[in-house]
Amino acid sequence: MRFVRPVVLLGCVALAGYAATIVAGDPSWVRMAVWFLAGVVVHDALLLPLYAGADRALVALAPRTRVPVVNHVRAPALGAGLTLLLFLPGIVRQGEGAVIGATGLDQSPFLGRWLLLVATLFAVSAAVYGLRVLAGLTRPSLTRPSTAGGSRPA
Amino acid sequence: MSPNEPEYGFPATLWRAVERRRPPLPRFRSSVRGPRFTAWLGLVLLVGMPVVIVTGLLSYVAYGSAPIPGDVGFLRPPAFDWPTSPAWLYRVNQGTHVLLGLVLVPVVLAKLWSVVPKLVAWPPARSLTDALERGTVLLLVGSLLFEIVTGVLNIQYDYVFGFSFYAAHYVGAWVFIGAFVAHVVLKLPHMVAGLRRREDPPDHDLVADDPLPPTISRRGALTLVGGGAALVGLLSVGQVLDGPLRGTAVLLPRGRTTAAGDGGPNDFPVNRTFVSTGIAAAATGAAWRLDVGGIRLDRAALLAMDLHTADLPISCVEGWSTQQTWTGVRLRDLAALAGVPEPTSAVVRSLETGPFAQAELHEGQVLHPDSLLALRVNGADLSPDHGFPARLIVPAIPGVRCTKWVRSVEFRSV
Repeated sequence: MRFVRPVVLLGCVALAGYAATIVAGDPSWVRMAVWFLAGVVVHDALLLPLYAGADRALVALAPRTRVPVVNHVRAPALGAGLTLLLFLPGIVRQGEGAVIGATGLDQSPFLGRWLLLVATLFAVSAAVYGLRVLAGLTRPSLTRPSTAGGSRPA
Repeated sequence: MSPNEPEYGFPATLWRAVERRRPPLPRFRSSVRGPRFTAWLGLVLLVGMPVVIVTGLLSYVAYGSAPIPGDVGFLRPPAFDWPTSPAWLYRVNQGTHVLLGLVLVPVVLAKLWSVVPKLVAWPPARSLTDALERGTVLLLVGSLLFEIVTGVLNIQYDYVFGFSFYAAHYVGAWVFIGAFVAHVVLKLPHMVAGLRRREDPPDHDLVADDPLPPTISRRGALTLVGGGAALVGLLSVGQVLDGPLRGTAVLLPRGRTTAAGDGGPNDFPVNRTFVSTGIAAAATGAAWRLDVGGIRLDRAALLAMDLHTADLPISCVEGWSTQQTWTGVRLRDLAALAGVPEPTSAVVRSLETGPFAQAELHEGQVLHPDSLLALRVNGADLSPDHGFPARLIVPAIPGVRCTKWVRSVEFRSV
């Protein structure tokens, strides 16, 4: 195992280096390299801190309710963020000329559809939350805290 | 040396000095993180990623004698004549590549989230091999994100990156393959151990030292990731379906068919409109002739030949597909007419210009009884967008090779 690790790692680097030679003569190889590194930087230094920070803010700001509200915001918000990230070109109408050339259709419906999707995700989550609250009211003896409410459990 | 001091590789002075100079680094405090959470996500990717890799490489083979990029040295998958049967072969291959690639995006993001404490772990390395491993993690994450970003942009026709998608996605794939294999070899034991654990060990480097009170269970977090994957799948699968279900891909260009959307015989997705080719309308009108080995045929002459009808899919490299009923002249009948009864290959050329203006077919593709120069679709004449006066349709071939607005067919016997 002592030698397996460096050999495997060197093999990985060698393959990457060889693969890069395929585009060595391509005038846009610098752009490719920039996009390669930018992906890591944008994810690690921007995207992850952004959503991790937003999540901490959500947890800190969420009211202390008997049925916790955090995950009922977290789930639809993650769905909204994920779909925005994946389908961004259509939503912000980027590259519309190529879309029209390829499909004969423009990108006008996508923003409205995405907003509707986000509204639906939040509405479904809110409905489930409402049902959980109602279920809790009908079974008060099971869920009512015995200590004074408002404080977070240690 | 005290018994608790970690071991340093050569040069030890350097690595010890690095360890002493710890900059202020963020702390990650979620109670969900730990080897068990990471192992489950790793297992999903260990099963899913090889499927995405293999279908991607098969797509390269399916492009036939003129793959893109062309000169790839020994990073070329074994060449073989792409089969013509089953007709849905490329449809399923490429639909899987794109759909699974999309569905795995939330899993990849969750996996990266789960291991982020390692990104800021100090010291970053205690030996040269450690430093090398950090470098390969950059290759792994960089290539994975690069493949996701270029792929996701390409299926939405957003070429903002400004380089050849084919070349970049292919090179990125090989960087990823190497880094993925290395990562699996080195981390598989950790994954297996993580799956077997009932509790996360508190001193593990993925487990927070001072975790925040839990707001979600590990199982709940995995369900959330699975829900994200399911959502992406539901919003994408429509692009491989025909009929009303296609519309479920509400955020993808291929959730829609044509501007008319009239449900008529030509109302199915187009991969290049007639207008965008710049072909003069007159060139496809009454003056149009098909050149078959020097013989020139007008559309009436083609329609007077033996016509054959076949249900065949158009399957795009971008993952979307649609099956339609095509009617036209068999390529092998055209070959006989051209005096090449036993063709070994054929080149089909379009009136348009550009990289996809011609397609080369191998012997099996030329001779297949369903390989057609199609003149009609679903009982009606081809519309201009679908390749009027004539287009190529061949079983199991990538859609981009189904040349539209055909100008000539050249059969070869050597």
